[in-house]
Amino acid sequence: MSERGTLKRPDWFTPKLEARRTRRRYRAERRFKLYGLAAIGIGLAFLALLFYKIGSTAYPAFTENVLELEVTYDKDVVSPDGSTDLETLRNGDYATVVQNALKRYIQLPEDDADGQRLLGALLSSDADARVRAELMRDPSLLGKTHKVWVLASGDVDSHLKGLFDAAVPEADRRVKDRQLAWLQKFRADGRLETRFAWTLFFGTSSAEPQTAGLGVALLGSLYMMILIFLLCVPLGVATAVYLEEFAPKNRWTDLIEVNINNLAAVPSIVFGILGLAVFLNFFDLPRSSALVGGLVLTLLALPTVIIATRAAFKAVPPSIRQAALGIGASKMQMIGHHVLPLAVPGIMTGTIIALAHAIGETAPLLMIGMVAQVFNIPATPLDPATALPVQIYMWSGEQERGFVPRTSAAIVVLLAFLITMNAIAIYLRKKFERRW
Amino acid sequence: MQTTVILAAILLLTLISFTVGRRRALATVGGVSAKLHSRPGHYGWYVVLWAAVPAFAILVLWMLIQPVILNSTMSSGLPPAVRELSSNEQSLVHNRIRSIAQELSPLGIGQLRQTIAASSSLEGVQALLGQPGFETLKARWPVFQISNADNLYLLRAAAERTLQQKYAGYGMPVAVLLFAVAGFLYGRKRIAPEFRARNKVEGAVRIILMLSSTVAILTTVGIVLSVLFESIKFFSIISPADFFFGTTWDPRFTAVGREGSEAAQFGLLPLLWGTLFITAIAMAIALPIGLLSAIYLSEYASPHFRAVAKPLLEILAGIPTVVYGFFALITIGPFIRDIGEWLGIGSDARSALSAGICMGIMIIPFISSLSDDMLSAVPQSLRQGSYGLGATKSETIKRVLLRAALPGIVGSVLLAVSRAIGETMIVVMAAGGVARLTLNPFEAVTTITVTIKNQLTGDLEFTSPQTMVAFALGLTLFVITLALNILALQVVRKYREQYE
Repeated sequence: MSERGTLKRPDWFTPKLEARRTRRRYRAERRFKLYGLAAIGIGLAFLALLFYKIGSTAYPAFTENVLELEVTYDKDVVSPDGSTDLETLRNGDYATVVQNALKRYIQLPEDDADGQRLLGALLSSDADARVRAELMRDPSLLGKTHKVWVLASGDVDSHLKGLFDAAVPEADRRVKDRQLAWLQKFRADGRLETRFAWTLFFGTSSAEPQTAGLGVALLGSLYMMILIFLLCVPLGVATAVYLEEFAPKNRWTDLIEVNINNLAAVPSIVFGILGLAVFLNFFDLPRSSALVGGLVLTLLALPTVIIATRAAFKAVPPSIRQAALGIGASKMQMIGHHVLPLAVPGIMTGTIIALAHAIGETAPLLMIGMVAQVFNIPATPLDPATALPVQIYMWSGEQERGFVPRTSAAIVVLLAFLITMNAIAIYLRKKFERRW
Repeated sequence: MQTTVILAAILLLTLISFTVGRRRALATVGGVSAKLHSRPGHYGWYVVLWAAVPAFAILVLWMLIQPVILNSTMSSGLPPAVRELSSNEQSLVHNRIRSIAQELSPLGIGQLRQTIAASSSLEGVQALLGQPGFETLKARWPVFQISNADNLYLLRAAAERTLQQKYAGYGMPVAVLLFAVAGFLYGRKRIAPEFRARNKVEGAVRIILMLSSTVAILTTVGIVLSVLFESIKFFSIISPADFFFGTTWDPRFTAVGREGSEAAQFGLLPLLWGTLFITAIAMAIALPIGLLSAIYLSEYASPHFRAVAKPLLEILAGIPTVVYGFFALITIGPFIRDIGEWLGIGSDARSALSAGICMGIMIIPFISSLSDDMLSAVPQSLRQGSYGLGATKSETIKRVLLRAALPGIVGSVLLAVSRAIGETMIVVMAAGGVARLTLNPFEAVTTITVTIKNQLTGDLEFTSPQTMVAFALGLTLFVITLALNILALQVVRKYREQYE
């Protein structure tokens, strides 16, 4: 007899224990599946939280409150010598013009110093500039009375949007009871309106949140995007064509390949150092300009574009190439007439995604000095500019509380832009994708 | 503006060249294109190449070389006393001259010559400013702050520079157009029925393609050179041992100058620690979430669920990092501070934990996407073998798939770590920027990238160690991430080959 016969059947093979073990294993199975689901849930919950938080913070910044003033352009205040040339008008005392308009409207006694201070605090500092701009556009208004819409001050704006707790005693409140009464009067006369905040999109740099806008940043980002697109597409496609179709397999092309893969993973701030050392210090290109920013971001996006383009080329089946060569096309004709057109959708998708990524970069732009307050709209890519993500960074560092919604609104604009670009990329892929 | 006009002119010329080349080729064979060696378009392109490439090359070369020549003639023309100044003071002088030259640019060539002649004495300059044509210059004169005869060299150098710029401004379009027209004529002359235009054009295009592919190499070379040069200068002031093994980071930004830099300490370790600490926190978040998501997506999820969840998760990687920084600032930071205060171990709104969590969220898709690919690449036979032995799905995943895909997953984790180490904006905004060696995640720390950003923004003085240290840090960062990337790519490549 062999020993097997004498071996006692072990306990753990009893049907009861077997069933229990199976149950346990199935429980572990379900648990494991749940862990996976939970992990995805956590990831998506973070995404939802992020979008909700940014969106809810941004919401108030998309409207602005404006007051209508009936200003009188007194000759004595604006232009004491009576001349209407623009230089004189530019230097007029518009703070007094505005203050007078307010006092006349509220009928505030001359000796009420406290009241005057509170009255002045209703309006943003932009009010003077707007009143001046109206007169400079039409100098014949001098000596006449004119109606102008001006932005309310940050505190008033926040109060009207309900961002301040009304239950706080007046002494601690940033908007006093007298001001509230005046605002009531404005409202009753139809001279207080809440509008869509165009200032957010067209304004330039400002110390006051309600007059600060993304004009410079949007234009700077646009310049950079055009530049990246114009440089990245030809360079990326040319490199990909060479590596995919022409390059002999040798050490040199191996080196280029490894190099491109590595460049795609080099930290973006290192590209910023490159831009600082090469474009600014060596080639003396203008600091903080969209040109340098675009060049740096081009180098940053190029590896991704090359990799995407190569993938698009690889996806074109060899039979197409052989057919073209078979009917007598040269290699260049085969690529130009057949392979490249078939790869275009893939190239566009990859390029747009790389472009969206580059436009969201901040760190390299900080390195090349794009962190300045820019008050003038950059007329050319050589002028100092900022970019959307840099503007977000700069606003996030502002102490004034009103900048928090402003920053969130800028983020909403940036995200909307990036999502649109990605949606276009996905649409292109869906529409033109071919399975061979 | 001028370059735009020149570029437009070149573009126009290429259009003309193409038509002319094509027409001429057809004319030589009486319109029967079959008698030509190449397609008529190839002859057009041949002329275009000759018209555009040399002209364009001259334009680029001129633009690169002109500032270098202008600067070197400017500095060699300065009086010996100025040339003996330190490089810092010299660059100040250069900047002054450049700004004066900017003001002089409206003047004509004759007026600039007059200015150079007059700049030998203050009286001469005063007399010159009184003349008609110099009114605007006279109005701007006080801004230049040239009050004594010793400073007159500034005006002279500025006027000479402006004059050279004017000459160059006339010279460049002439040279470019000359080359363009000469190239055009030469290309046109070569056209003949038996001329092999296609071979020539395709050869040229091939060379252009090859040159484009070197841009990637040049970028790497540029990165290495730009950090290496300044780093060598830095290490000639601060010994590498003090930098790599120093435990104190104290660059003394306030005391700029020779005395302050003596006492400044540039110890890398606190920065490296902060970097690794935040990376570790980020990985502690991203690794389990990313890996489990990848497992679920590749093994359990229905195609429909996968089609929705995967792109949604990948949005996390597409959100700009500055957005994460702001999110950390307004949401996670205050939350972490409250917990820290409740525990009594920290009250910073900016902390290693806050930055680490945000970075972890950002990195989830990097790990999940790559691991997903790696799991999908495991051959079906391994799964079926495991099922055949009676294993459940989770047992198959844990005992077979994860082990088979391990190299690939390690590769993706290494790539994610490299990404975390190089991340800048999240840490700039959320980590607090205090260089310290701490184990408490509720305290503020700083990283290599934050320090690079801090040292290189603001007023820069390229000769002080405070600025140069940023390049040494950049070199360190580049080497660390490069090593991680190469390692990761090798691991992933080996893994892919294993199952192909």
